[in-house]
Amino acid sequence: MSDTKINKNNALSFSTPSVVDQEKRNFLVTATACTGTIGVAVAAIPFVGSMLPSERAKAAGAPVEVDISKVQSGTIFTAEWRGKPVWIIHRTDEQTAELAKHNNQLSDPMCEVTSQQPTYCKNSHRSIKENISVVVGICTHLGCSPTPKMQAGGDMGDNWTGGFFCPCHGSKFDLAGRVFKGSPAPINLVVPPHQYLTETTILIGVDAKAEV
Amino acid sequence: MADNKVQPSKGLMGWIDARFPLTSNIKNHLTEYYAPKNFNFWYFFGSLAMLVLVLQIVTGIFLTMHYKPDAEQAFASVEYIMRDVFGGNIIRYMHSTGASMFFIVVYLHMFRSVIYGSYRSPRELKWLFGVAIFLCLMGEAFFGYLLPWGQMSYWGAQVIVNLFSTIPFIGPDLSEWLRGDYLVSDATLNRFFAFHVIALPLVLLGLVAAHLIALHEVGSNNPDGIEIKEKKDKQTGIPLDGIPFHPYYTVKDLVAVVVFLIVFVAIICFAPEMGGYFLEANNFIPADSLKTPSHIAPVWYFTPYYSILRAVPPIMNSQFPGVAAMGLSVIVFALLPWLDKSPVKSIRYRGKLYKRWLTAFVVSFLVLGYLGTVPSNVWGQFGTWMGGADRATVVARIFTVIYFAFFILMPWYTAKDKTLPVPERVTC
Repeated sequence: MSDTKINKNNALSFSTPSVVDQEKRNFLVTATACTGTIGVAVAAIPFVGSMLPSERAKAAGAPVEVDISKVQSGTIFTAEWRGKPVWIIHRTDEQTAELAKHNNQLSDPMCEVTSQQPTYCKNSHRSIKENISVVVGICTHLGCSPTPKMQAGGDMGDNWTGGFFCPCHGSKFDLAGRVFKGSPAPINLVVPPHQYLTETTILIGVDAKAEV
Repeated sequence: MADNKVQPSKGLMGWIDARFPLTSNIKNHLTEYYAPKNFNFWYFFGSLAMLVLVLQIVTGIFLTMHYKPDAEQAFASVEYIMRDVFGGNIIRYMHSTGASMFFIVVYLHMFRSVIYGSYRSPRELKWLFGVAIFLCLMGEAFFGYLLPWGQMSYWGAQVIVNLFSTIPFIGPDLSEWLRGDYLVSDATLNRFFAFHVIALPLVLLGLVAAHLIALHEVGSNNPDGIEIKEKKDKQTGIPLDGIPFHPYYTVKDLVAVVVFLIVFVAIICFAPEMGGYFLEANNFIPADSLKTPSHIAPVWYFTPYYSILRAVPPIMNSQFPGVAAMGLSVIVFALLPWLDKSPVKSIRYRGKLYKRWLTAFVVSFLVLGYLGTVPSNVWGQFGTWMGGADRATVVARIFTVIYFAFFILMPWYTAKDKTLPVPERVTC
């Protein structure tokens, strides 16, 4: 290497090498670019992270207690948990009996998609008590809140046996929050973790320690 | 360099020119920027889009002086602007009407480019910057629409943010990150405000600058779709069919500005809500996270894509195909320069085949746009032979297919089309 020789002979003067060491230059460019990229990526952490739910937002997701003693049979009560509507659906005996009859029209009648309900609600009525369902009233399509259409028939057509109709994109659910085939919504509504504190008080947001 | 030939300016201009290229910039971009002499009314909409951009920025600045980006106060602060702030209702209606007018002029501007082939070589990058501006504009409109914190704002944002949650694997975490909460909330409103008033406007201005720089590099296309730079005066080097942008087109555009402003002011004064198309009735109800309005629809300029979203059924228990189709229906415009294989640019010299496809596309766009404003059961249901499907949904599916066929089949029908001979010089 001729330029090294020159440097040795005349160490203090900064002479221009006659040949550019391209390999060394590529190495330096790559090393600088890599270090810079890592620096940018590290610097991005607080900015990207700042957009995650804050500690306050996380704390607001605490469980809520709901008194269901005044929810009449055949009606629905809307509670609020994590800012979302949670329906307490109190079915009549006939409405509960009806659930088993239209299984062939449903996408997931047996509740096979495990993410949509706790194991203690994987049954024919998707609930702990036969007549009382607890369901998050947010459509699994794109997050609108379906409108209760509890009565059979009416503007929903003669085959309607009661359930929920999403105004945004037309998804239909039955009175246990199971989705009808042909809806834009792909899966059943979510049953949140919940437990009975007393006969008429529900705690939404946490499971009982043992399955009820 | 053209400015080498001219005498250096004297006085104040001379002092400035020695320090900043003012005179040469005026020449390069206005008085000696040569545009084809055969522009027609379709060429108004670019400068009108710039006018609306300025209007939106100015009215936006004044709105932020009174608006509160806080879930508790946002709705009331907009009503406060409307009722108690002097001139507040005018400024707010200018901004809300401006949003719709922006899309009207931009859609017409894009249609101009499509019919005259303004996206064709060498203008591909200019077109891509334009598509990026369009995407940015959609973002602006979406983020801005949440700010009044009405029912439609709230549930519109809920649906759009949830579109991201349908993306396989990362979706749910991504949408939570976008919202900054488990649902659309104060945190979401606050960040959408930041995107709407600072982040996207900066990007938008940068893109507009890039769009103009690209335009002034390659020069304007024209209704004949031929390059005026190919026929230059041998002595001056000026295109034979070119005329200086200033004064010819600045004056011409002023006429358009006057007509536009008459329409604009008429809307603001007499029909600011435009029968629910510019400002939706449900948005005069404060946001309620527990109750979705019985009919929700986006503002008119998003409805064609929204119809496509609704039309595509879930596949394999996933609603992602519909979301992907909607995204694709917007992004696909970017591919036009490479899909069009026609030997001619302008519709004036294209054959019947292309014209039919273009007509089919325009009809699809309008029908999908209309269907997006109404509930999917608007035309009732088919009988049992179609499984009782909503008529409107079936129609939307057919037109969705035509919409995409216009693009997918373009390489085939533009190449096969019988074109007319293109003239040497522009026609008037």
